[in-house]
Amino acid sequence: MGEELIICRCQEVTEKEILDAIADGATTVDGVKRRTRACMGLCQGKTCGRLVQSMVARQTGQNPADVPPQKSRMPARPVKIGTFGGPEDV
Amino acid sequence: MKIKETDVAIVGAGSAGLSAAYQAASAGAKVLVLDENRLPGGQLFKQIHKFFGSRAHQAGTRGYMIGRQLLERVEQSGAEVWLDTLVYGMEKNCHLGVIRNGEHWVVKAKKVIVATGAKENYLAFPGSTLPGVMGAGAAQTMINVNRVLPGQRILMLGSGNVGLIVSYQLMQAGADVVALVDAAPNIGGYGVHAGKIRRAGVPFYISHTIKQVTGKDQVEQVEIIQVDSKFQPIPGTEKTFDVDTVCLAVGLNPMTELIWMTGCEFCFIPAFGGHVPLHDGNMETSVPGLYVAGDVTGVEEASSAMEEGNLAGVAAAEALGLLSPEEAAAKKGEIRGRLDILRSGLFGEKRRSAKQSQLQNMADYQQKKGGSL
Repeated sequence: MGEELIICRCQEVTEKEILDAIADGATTVDGVKRRTRACMGLCQGKTCGRLVQSMVARQTGQNPADVPPQKSRMPARPVKIGTFGGPEDV
Repeated sequence: MKIKETDVAIVGAGSAGLSAAYQAASAGAKVLVLDENRLPGGQLFKQIHKFFGSRAHQAGTRGYMIGRQLLERVEQSGAEVWLDTLVYGMEKNCHLGVIRNGEHWVVKAKKVIVATGAKENYLAFPGSTLPGVMGAGAAQTMINVNRVLPGQRILMLGSGNVGLIVSYQLMQAGADVVALVDAAPNIGGYGVHAGKIRRAGVPFYISHTIKQVTGKDQVEQVEIIQVDSKFQPIPGTEKTFDVDTVCLAVGLNPMTELIWMTGCEFCFIPAFGGHVPLHDGNMETSVPGLYVAGDVTGVEEASSAMEEGNLAGVAAAEALGLLSPEEAAAKKGEIRGRLDILRSGLFGEKRRSAKQSQLQNMADYQQKKGGSL
C-alpha cells in the first residue's frame, strides 16, 4: 500500500520514495526534498511538508522539534518570471 | 520595480492584521496592509456562527459581523489596504517583495507585522488524492463565501471545533453529513457544537480513522476503521459509507514561510501547530522591527488573533514614537487582560501555558544573546 500512497501531490512523490530517501541518508526535510522533489512543486510543501517532517522524525528517531520545515525561499507563492524580468522575459 | 515606503507594513488582512492596522493607524502611523485575497477579513467572513467568550469579545455576535465592524474601523483609521496583492518574500532587513496588478514592488517599512494566519493540515491515505477529498476550511469557503455546495453526502474527519462547525454549516447549506469521525477517544470541540450535530442525527465514530477512499474519477466510497489506544487499526472493524466528499479537519499549522526567510528564531510547540516564531510581550520577534500576530504565532482562534493584532499595532506605534510609554502601557495592559481571559478555562489553559513557554523561550534567547555580546 505504501508504494501507491502519494505524499507530495504536486510532484507525485510516494511514501515509498520518501522512505527510500531517508534510508539513503536524508535526515532533514531538505534532504528528502533534494532526493525526491517532494515539497518542490507548485505549493512548495504547504500540503505535504508536515507529513515529510513527521516521517523524517519518526524514521530517524529525532525529536520533531529538531526537524524544521524545508528551507523557506523566495518566492513563497507562484509568480510569473515575466513580473521580474519584464515582458521580453516571459 | 517600484518602491513603496511606509511606517508599518502588515502582511495579512485577517483578524490579526486588520486589528494591528487599526491600532497603528489610529495612533498616527502610515500603515499599508497587504493581502493576497480579493476581499479583506481573512477567515472572519466565513464565520457565520456566533462567537464565544465574554462580552468584551463580542460573544453572541456572528463572525462576519465582527469582520464588518473591524473593516469599518480600519477604513476610518486611514490605513491603506492593498488586496489581490502577493507578498512573495521578505529580506533579512524586512523589506517585502510584493506583486500587485502584475507589477513588482518593494515595500520598505520601519516596522513589519506578519499576520499570515495558518493553513490546514493534510493527511495521506489510499485515495486521498481523489477529487472530493478536501480540507474542512476549503469546504467552508465554498459554502459560506462562494455559495457552492462541495457535495451532497459528506464524511467529516476530525471533531475539533472546525470539524463540528463546518459539519453543521454543511448541513445548513443542504448537504447530508453521513458521519463524523475522529481517531481520538473523545470529541475534540465544544459540547454545544457537538450537541447540535448529534441532535440532527449525525453518528459520531470516535476512535476511528479513514482506511481508504475509493472511486473511479472522484470520491464514491469511504471506508473507516476503529483504532486502539495506540491509534493502531483493528482489523475487522471496517465500515463503509457511500459519499461524494470527504472533509479533513485535522488541525492547522502556522503559515510561517516569510518569517523563516528573515532568520527569525523559532521554537516547537505542538499545541500551537508546530514550529512557531519566538516573540516578546510586544509581539516583536528576534528580528528587530519584525512583529507577529494571530495564528502565525501559534494556532488559537479569532478573538485571540484580534487581541494579538491590537498588541502588535500598539507596540509598533510606540516603537515609532507615536504613543508615549504611558499611553502604550495603558492600552497594552487592557489588551493583555483580555488575552488572559481568552486563555483561561478548560479549553484556554493549554493555550495559556503554550504561550507562556513561547514567551519564556524568547526571554531565554534574549538573555543568551545579551550574554554573548
